[in-house]
This record gives sequence, C-alpha cells and structure tokens, in this order.
Amino acid sequence: MNELPQQLVNGLLLGSMYGLVAIGYTMVYGIVQLINFAHGEIFMTGGFGALSVWLILPGGTTMWVALPLMIIGAVLVATTVAIGAERFAYRPLRGGPRLAPLITAIGLSLALQQAVWAWYPEAKSARTFPQLSGGPFHIGNVTIQTGDVFLLIAAPVCMAVLAYFVNRTRTGRGMQATAQDPDTAKLMGVNTDRIIVIAFALGAVFAAVGAVAYGLKYGIVDYKMGFLLGLKAFTAAVLGGIGNIYGAMIGGLVLGTAETMATAYINHIPGMQQLGGQSWADVWAFVLLILVLLFRPQGLLGERVADRA
Amino acid sequence: MTALLEVEDLRIAYGKIEAVKGISFKVEAGEVVTLIGTNGAGKTTTLRTISGLLKPVGGQIKFNGRSLRKVPAHQIVSLGLAHSPEGRHIFPRMTIEDNLLLGAFLRNDREGIAKDVQRAYDLFPILGERRRQAAGTLSGGEQQMLAMGRALMSQPKLLMLDEPSMGLSPIMMQKIMATIAELKAQGTTILLVEQNAQAALSLADHGHVMEIGKVVLSGSGQDLLHDESVRKAYLGED
Ligand SMILES: Nc1ncnc2c1ncn2[C@@H]1O[C@H](COP(=O)(O)OP(=O)(O)OP(=O)(O)O)[C@@H](O)[C@H]1O
Ligand SMILES: [Mg+2]
Repeated sequence: MNELPQQLVNGLLLGSMYGLVAIGYTMVYGIVQLINFAHGEIFMTGGFGALSVWLILPGGTTMWVALPLMIIGAVLVATTVAIGAERFAYRPLRGGPRLAPLITAIGLSLALQQAVWAWYPEAKSARTFPQLSGGPFHIGNVTIQTGDVFLLIAAPVCMAVLAYFVNRTRTGRGMQATAQDPDTAKLMGVNTDRIIVIAFALGAVFAAVGAVAYGLKYGIVDYKMGFLLGLKAFTAAVLGGIGNIYGAMIGGLVLGTAETMATAYINHIPGMQQLGGQSWADVWAFVLLILVLLFRPQGLLGERVADRA
Repeated sequence: MTALLEVEDLRIAYGKIEAVKGISFKVEAGEVVTLIGTNGAGKTTTLRTISGLLKPVGGQIKFNGRSLRKVPAHQIVSLGLAHSPEGRHIFPRMTIEDNLLLGAFLRNDREGIAKDVQRAYDLFPILGERRRQAAGTLSGGEQQMLAMGRALMSQPKLLMLDEPSMGLSPIMMQKIMATIAELKAQGTTILLVEQNAQAALSLADHGHVMEIGKVVLSGSGQDLLHDESVRKAYLGED
C-alpha cells in the first residue's frame, strides 16, 4: 500500500483536468440553465487547435517556445467554436422548450466530431501530440510524469484567474448577478446577452487549456476525445454542485481521485478481484455520478434548489 | 416644459391577453406620483415595460423627451431611470455591499460610488452593520431597504418603487414610508406603486387609480385621499 501517495497524486492530476473542463459546463448552466453537451467537443477542437499550431511551426521548434503558442491556438479555436455555437445554435432557441437546446447540443457534438474526422488531415485515427522533454520528476516516493507538470501549474493558475475575474472585476460581478436574477441584473445595467457569450467563451478557454493538458498527458488528440472526457467533466460539475465554479474543480478532483483509487484498489477487496484495472475506471466514475444523484443531487457545494430565487 | 416621464396610451399584452389597455400619465421632475389599484390591475406590468423588460404592443414612453421604444433594458438605467422591483429581488448570494455596488454597475467614479454607499448606510444603518453578509440572510424589511438603497446607487433622475411595503410589519412599513418621504424632501422624483393607498396618497403629489388595465381615476394625492369611491374601494371604508 506504499504506492498510495502516488495514486493520490495521479488522481488529483487527472481530476484537475476534469475540473478545467467542468468549469465550462457549470458556468453556462449557472447563467442560462442550459447543459451545453457540445462542450466536450469544444474541448476536442481546442486540442486540434493546439496541434495545428505545432504543425505550422517550423520543425525543430522547442516546446518551451511552441507550448505558449499552442495554448493560444487552442484557446482561439475553442472560443470561436463556443461563441459560434452560442450565437447560431443556442441563442435562437432561448425561451423555447427545454428539450430543444439539448437535442441541438447532441447534433452539434456529432457535427463537430464528424467535421474533424472528415476534414482535419489524417484525423481518422488519433494523431500524436508533441511532448515536453525532461523529467519525469521525483518528489519523495512520488513520480510526476513530464506531461503532467503542465497540469500541475496550469490548473491552479486557471482557478486563481477565474476567482479573480468572477469576484473582483465588473464583468465578473455582472456575471454573478445574471446567474442569480437575470431580469434584475438588466435593471442594474448588465448586458446579460453579452454575459452569456462571455460564459461560453470563458468555459472554452479553460477547456482549451484542459485539451492541451490532455495532449501532453496522453500523447494524442483524437476526434472522439471529447465524448468520454466531456461526460466525466459533466459528472464532475454535477458532483461539485452544478452552477458553482469552485464546485466544478472540487468535483473534478474528487472524481479523478475516486476513479484512480477504485481502479487501483477495488480488486484487493475479497470477491471483487475481477473488477480491477483500467478497463473499469469509467464505470467507477459513473457509479459515483449515480450515487451523487441519488443521495446528494445538489452536489457537494450546491445549494438546495429552493435556495435559488 | 415636457415632463420627466410621459406615458401615452400605453398598451401591453402577455400573449393575446392585454394586461394594460391604453394608459397615460406623467411624472414631473421633483414630484412623487403614485399608481394604486387592485391586484392584477397592471401596475407591475407598467413599470416593467418602462424599464424595458417587457415590450409594449402600442403607445409611447418618453423619458427626458426621448422615446424608450428602441432602448434595451440594460441601457435604461444609464438614462437615469432606476427600478426597485416588486418582491425586492436583491441578489441573495452576494454581500450587501456587492448588491449596492451592482446598483452602480455602470458608474466609473470610484469616489462618488464610495460616497453613495456610505449614504445608503446612513439612510439604513442596519445595511452598514451587515455589509459583508449575504443579502439573502436579511429580513424582508431589510431586503426592501437594500433594494431601495441599490436603486439609489445609480443616482437616478427617476426612482420607480414597486410595492416597497409589501409583506412588511406595520413598524417596518412606517420606516419605509418615512424613508420615501425623506427622499421626496431631498428632491428625488419618485414613481410609487403601492397597495397601501393611504400611505401612498398622503405622500404623493399626484395619484392614478388603476383597474384591470386602465386608469379609472386621477387627481392630486389629497383629492384622491378624500374621494369617496377611493375611500370605499381602497381605504377599507363603507
Ligand atoms: N408573466 C405573466 N404572464 C401572463 N400574465 C401575466 C404575467 N404577469 C402578470 N400577468 C397578468 O397581467 C395582469 C396585470 O398583472 P400585474 O402584475 O401587472 O398587476 P399588479 O397591478 O402589479 O398587481 P399586484 O397589485 O397584485 O402586484 C394580471 O392579470 C396578471 O395575471
Ligand atoms: Mg404588482
């Protein structure tokens, strides 16, 4: 059992990637009560945005130069897709039946996947993603893989930026007001249509950073990569209390840790030997989702529904 | 001279149902004007339309001589029109101070804003004592104070108050009405919607009585206060 600290760190790193993507679900839901199920594909396009920058750069560019540019590429592509989705897919349906945006989201997801599959060069199977060099790094008994170093830095930085934005800037305050009471926010002078666009865009920024992290961690990007990761991130958002931005990150960390621990240790329990290993990891993630929905549907940090005005 | 607010033949519908059926009234600068009337008369609907949250099907709203027809809701406050909505609608999970700051959302004069926050605390000391607390923890009357304080934070030319005394204890109601009288004395122009006709008419320069989407009676506050039909219908006399 002395590998426990290692598993814990693995879980938290995986979870912080879930958390980065979960922020997009939770922000959009908090503002317009819409589950943007195409968010996983927005994440995926971010990954291809980063890859595209790498492919355009002259061969032999070091990652320390390339990586910042790749992040910018990922952010540009993902926010463009997200803003486009809001403007042309979701906004026309606002005020309509609640099922309409959900169906649209599924259609949009498939369209984005197929577009990348069909048009991105050689994307019919996974494409290799450039890797950081150096490492791995050892801290005591714990090893941090080179690819994970990015997450270790990016996740806390992203959370700090987000907290500052939401609490300390005028637009952030307008965003909180819109989430709590959109009509009254308008009376205060908040342009709520603009706030909705910003929520989509900001969610895409964090998803794009998450996609770069994914590429560095797994060494590939893939037109399907947004499906499962999107579902996990959505699970994280629900786990943390959907609508709560800190909850999204905490939900991600809990989910990543629980999934990693279950994968590593559940087969040590007598009678459950068959349930160990990576192939069961996703099962544990969704078992956790079902448990949360059953016993604490408002999530870890969520308010009870009655508290929402 | 044109009035600060001019409402002319305003008609508003929810789907096919017309809730306001052609009403007209004016508010002159420095005046307190009140709209009173039974439940469902269309008072809230009228205020929400002036604020741009609802679009009228007909008629005119002019503020400071300018038509509000094409002005989106979020730009209304910058023209000098503040609205404290029915049911208070404070932002429950933000602090009292942040609620006040949202009232000054479009202002850029930091010092002026700080001064006006202090002014709100002077007007309602309880808000100052609890400035860091979530607004949702305030009592109904305190939330009403916050809603009024918040509306004042935009330095409005016209303050619209929708049923500020709703659901309050008699003491709290008196306190709120006294505050409105104080604001009036300071020269604030107010459009006041009230169920408490006695209190509202006593304060008002002009009053309009609404019934199912129409203004059925208008006059000075004092005249209406002594009007027999008003006394019967709204002041509980027979
Ligand atoms: N969102 C809505 N959808 C449909 N009808 C509405 C809506 N809001 C109000 N109405 C109707 O419009 C009419 C006017 O309502 P309004 O709230 O403006 O009245 P009010 O004078 O403010 O009443 P109260 O004194 O009870 O606040 C009522 O018949 C009401 O049922
Ligand atoms: Mg009303």
